[in-house]
Formats: sequence, C-alpha cells, structure tokens
Amino acid sequence: MVDKKAKTPALVRLFRDQTFRRGVIAILAFVVLWEIGSQFKSWFGVMVPFIGKIAPPTAVAVSWVEVGQWPGYWQSWYLSTGRVFLGFTVAMIIGIPFGLAMAVNKYFRGMFFPPFEILRPIPPLAWVPASIIFWPTTELSIMFVTFLGAFYTIVINVLGGARSIDIQYLRAAQSMGATQWDLFRKIILPGTLPSIFIGAAVGMGITWEVVLAGEMISGGGQQGGGGLGFFIWSSYMGGVMDQVVVGMISIGLAGYISSSLIRYIGHLSMPWRRMF
Amino acid sequence: MTDASDNMMEVKNVTKTFGDEWEQETVVENLSFSVKRNQLTAIVGPSGCGKSTVVNLLAGFERPDEGQILLNGKPVTGPSKSALVVFQETALMPWLTTYQNVTFGPKLRGDMAPDALKAAADKIIDTVGLREFRDKYPLQLSGGMQRRAELARALINQPLVMIMDEPFRGLDAMTRQLMQEFYLRLCEQESRTNVFVTSELEEAIILADSLIILSNRPTSVREFMQVDLQRPRNLEMLSSPEAYEYKRHAMEILHEEALKSFKGGAGNSDFLEAYSRQG
Repeated sequence: MVDKKAKTPALVRLFRDQTFRRGVIAILAFVVLWEIGSQFKSWFGVMVPFIGKIAPPTAVAVSWVEVGQWPGYWQSWYLSTGRVFLGFTVAMIIGIPFGLAMAVNKYFRGMFFPPFEILRPIPPLAWVPASIIFWPTTELSIMFVTFLGAFYTIVINVLGGARSIDIQYLRAAQSMGATQWDLFRKIILPGTLPSIFIGAAVGMGITWEVVLAGEMISGGGQQGGGGLGFFIWSSYMGGVMDQVVVGMISIGLAGYISSSLIRYIGHLSMPWRRMF
Repeated sequence: MTDASDNMMEVKNVTKTFGDEWEQETVVENLSFSVKRNQLTAIVGPSGCGKSTVVNLLAGFERPDEGQILLNGKPVTGPSKSALVVFQETALMPWLTTYQNVTFGPKLRGDMAPDALKAAADKIIDTVGLREFRDKYPLQLSGGMQRRAELARALINQPLVMIMDEPFRGLDAMTRQLMQEFYLRLCEQESRTNVFVTSELEEAIILADSLIILSNRPTSVREFMQVDLQRPRNLEMLSSPEAYEYKRHAMEILHEEALKSFKGGAGNSDFLEAYSRQG
C-alpha cells in the first residue's frame, strides 16, 4: 500500500484526490454560473438584479490577457507583494517577542496589555490619515498600516497560545531539571508554535486587505503609491469594469498563495502536527 | 520496624491553604504519613478531597504552609528529579517523539554520556514495549502507549520516588487492566519506591503494599492499611477472600468520607441558605 503510493506520480495522485477534485469542480461551477448570469439578463423569466452588470468571466479573461502584457500590471503585483511582505515581516519580528514577553512576565503584561487592548480595536484604516502625517513618505505610511493589520492578530495569538500551554509540561520539565531559560526554549516556544502559525496565516490575510485599502486611499503619483489596490481604483475611475475584476481576482490569488505558503512552512516546521 | 531509614519519604504535619486573606480554603490539614523504601504506597480518597494537592506537595510543585516533607532524609524544597510525577492524562511533549521525550531529562541536565543515554533510552523503550513507536509523536500513540512512554520518560531519570497521579485515568477498561498488569510486573521486577494516587479502590488494593485512605477536605490520613496479599500478584487475586476483606473495609471508610462532602460542604450550605432566603 505504502509502496504503491510512493510510485504514483504526484500529479496523478493530486487528480485522484477527492478533496482536490471537489475544489476544482466548485470553482468551475462558480465560473459557469457567473458566465451564464452575466450573459443573460434574466434566468427562466426571472430578472437577475446585479450579476448582469458585472463583466462575464470570458470578458475578464480577455482583459486579463491584455493586461498581462502591461509591465504596469506586474509592477502593481510587485509593489503590493513587497509592502505586504515587509509589513508582515516587521509585524512578526516585533509581534512574536512582544506576545511571548506578555505571556511569560506578569509585570510586562500588566504594563503593556491595557494600552495594547485599547489600540487593538482601532481599525488599521483609521490610522491612514495619522500615518500619512506622521511618516515622511506615502510608502512608509502604507507599510505602517499594513504592519498594524498583522501585528495585533499575531500578538493576540502568540499571547493566547503561550498562556494556554498545559502547566503539566512545565512541571514535568521543571522536575527533570529545566531552568527558566530551558522552560522558555524547550516548552513555551514549541508549545506556542501552532498559535504563531495560526496568527501568521490570519495576519497575512489581513495585511492583504489593509494594503489594498491603503493603496486606494494614498493614490498613485510620484512619491510611492501604485500597487494592486491602486490598479483597481484607477480601473474604476477609467470605467473599465473588466479590469476591476481582474484586479480583484489578482488580490484573491495573491492572498491565497501567501496563506498557502505560510501553511506549508507551518507544515514543515511542525512535524508532530502532521498525522500519519 | 519504624526505623527512619526504612522510610524514603516522610510527610510530617503538613498543612496547605489556598486563597488570599479574604477567602481561604484549607485543602490539606495536619497530614502525616511515611512511604517505605522499595514499596508501593497507594493513596486513595473521595473525589475532590485534595489528592492532586498532595501530589503537588510531594513533588515539590507546592510548598507546605506548615510541617515538612522529607525525601530520603532531606526536606523537599522544590521540584527535582528525585521525585518524578507521571501525570493524569498525558504530559508527554507533543512536539517530541517517544525517543526525544524519554531522553528529555538526561539531555537537559547533560548528566549522561550520549552513548550511554542512547543505550539506556532504547532499553527502557523496549521494556515498556514501544520499540516500534520510538520515532512516533505522542498523538500517534494510543492512550495506553502514551502512559507507557511517560513511564519510560520518568524511569530513565532514576528517581528516588515515582509519583503516579491517577496514571491510568481516562483509559478504557480493557487497556486499564492491561496497564495495571504491566505496572504490577514492572514494580515486582525492579525494586523501586512508588506512590500511586488513584480514585479506584480495586486498583489501589491490587498494586499496593500499603494503602493510605485520605479523609474528605481538608484532607488528612483517615486510615492506614497494610495490604499483605502475596506477590507476585495478578488481577484475579482481587476476587480472593482477603482482597475482598480489604476492599470491604476500605469501601466503608471511603463511603463515609464521600458522604460528608455530599451533604456537608460549606459551599453547599451557603447555596442552600441563599436559595431559601430568595424564596
């Protein structure tokens, strides 16, 4: 059984996989319904209110082929990805130690948790005006807002994850001679890893939402701007609906790819969570 | 007979209270008993009587407010590898394989040469019958295997006392029985000092050399029984007349204690009072 599995090529295995096939069928069905919906103004004599106003997938595909030849489109991908990556990385670098520090030290938690909790409900987008004034360039303010989007989620997950580690692990390690540093390194860190990855995956999704909105608000121009958000905004201003949809799907894909990447890294670094 | 050197562990007039100055609860009050060297001492008590607190005190996770606990003549001042606990449910680190879990303690302390450690770990993993599961993670093991792995993890540290805190709780009846038989053999093959805390009376009787019955909360020793069933033992002995007599006697006391918590608890009467005042 195991041997047979190893010999079958990966692609064949993928297509034999029920879940994968279901996913493909679901996407195809969605596209077909969308196509029919936008081509015909009414379904079986019933007027379809909104879907008729959206460009059908065939038109979007044609537009995508055209857009794909513009360097500006790929430039938008590049800009948005760069911002997401930077904001997200900084959020991880600051957020993980910050969350862990709050989890293991009650004085630190007592000092920083209340202000953190007051700042947390403020939506990242509410920071846009303030950060445009505060940061010298538009680029930095978009990155800052992106950073905020991921930061809170990562911190909350790390804090919660580290605090919910079973005390028995700590006790067992302690009786076997673990020092405080051992406890942190060998119990708290691996014990928090699953929560770190959950926080990262959720945070990554939020950074994509935020970066797009940030780009729309900041607009294009000489000093920064651009990106997929701006691509959608300018297509809308130009009245090219096909391109708006191209931009939307691009974001969806970008978000999906980055979350999958995080899940994959999590899968690699937590072999104990891979069952069988 | 009661020479102090016979005792691996001595608990002397220990009292433990939890809570702040406004709301206190004494969980352990004036608890005294001793654990004989190379014997298995079982501790039973009605549920909620404070057995876990007793375990935490013995292992050094909690400090007594009054009285003291001596381990091999020296006071217990904190957790150490001399008194290791096998926990309720499992406390194997989920992110380590069986082998990594077993070698966790010695590696941490660096007190064994790598070759010696590997040999010792493989031998112990063999003893608990997990050779094929050496490189599996805890989640890939069944409940019984997890308990055996945890037993191995404690054994390799050669503790002076092994404290078993309801180790077979949560296992299905069949696995539980197998584990009891396995544990009996393990104890009879190697002389080791064990404290076995359980809420199952039959389990306690079949395993124990001496049996301590705890009273209701605040807990102290209600009864001390010597269990003189012959060794080697097996589970069939539970149906012998002697075992039945031990069981009947212990059951009577346990029932009495359990009943106290049922009608007597302070929280309970407060509730009733509040309820009747409301009406």
